[in-house]
Amino acid sequence: MEAPRDAAEEHQRLNAESFGRDGIDPRGPRFSAAITSVVLAAALLAVPSSSSGSQTVAVVLVVFQTLVFGFATFRGLDAHLYGRIFRSVVAPRLGPPAELEDQAPPRFSQLVGFLFMVVALLGFFFGILWIAQIAIGFALAAALLNAVFNYCLGCEMYLLGARIRART
Amino acid sequence: MNSLWLLVGVVLIAVGFGLWRKWSDGRLREDSTESEVMDSLLSVHSTPGAPEGQQQFDAQTLGILLGSQATLVQFSSAFCQPCRSARLLLANLADDLPGVTFVELDAEGHLDLVQTLHIRRTPTIFLLDSAGNIKKRAVGLPRKSEVVAALADVV
Repeated sequence: MEAPRDAAEEHQRLNAESFGRDGIDPRGPRFSAAITSVVLAAALLAVPSSSSGSQTVAVVLVVFQTLVFGFATFRGLDAHLYGRIFRSVVAPRLGPPAELEDQAPPRFSQLVGFLFMVVALLGFFFGILWIAQIAIGFALAAALLNAVFNYCLGCEMYLLGARIRART
Repeated sequence: MNSLWLLVGVVLIAVGFGLWRKWSDGRLREDSTESEVMDSLLSVHSTPGAPEGQQQFDAQTLGILLGSQATLVQFSSAFCQPCRSARLLLANLADDLPGVTFVELDAEGHLDLVQTLHIRRTPTIFLLDSAGNIKKRAVGLPRKSEVVAALADVV
């Protein structure tokens, strides 16, 4: 499970330099977004085209992704399942990152993903499949943008939300 | 809805959007804010003697010290990946160039300006001349060479 000790120490030292103890390897969220993309693409494909088809696989995948987003949002990125896989399996093979980044933006994006998953589950629950499809589709687009282009689309929701709140 | 076609559509849209963003992000443009917006900005931050037809930042209202030649104003937010890189780039430029000042504002703390200036995401960067008039705007992480060239035009 654990990364080699010296790599872990190096990581801690870099962390302390730029972000106190909150800095993270920027490759972690991109790796997580790539796995998220695969899970959400599979979930989207598993949604039946009519409500008479079986939804079980799609619902299981969406519930799973909801839990992953939820733990990352409410318990922090240390509790992110894919992030843990990155740190224990991938990061030790890559060597230390060139620079660290703040963990607040990726954590916020997990909240946005979590909300889309909740909408998708409500769609399944009430048998309105197109709502589930649209919600999964948005989350998939955001995850792809993060994985491929390193864009945090969820982060942009924050300012838009603040603008709307200010207007009302 | 057919899920396969939806998946294909989502992937195409995401890749297209990503490529467009990659191309357009951080480019310095002439500020295209409409004149009616300028009026509301000037009434929010009324500045006596402001030149007609140009937007102006009221330095005092914002607590900004304008640079003697030019000022770079960056709007940032709490959940913003490229804001840190933009800050490092612009702060370094301002340090190196005499008469150029760099100011970072929290978008959430200046929502009235965010509305009047049509700021939709962070970082949004404005290049101001010595009088505080908005000359250029960039959305996203700016490119150093472009900022240097634009500063040379203003100074």
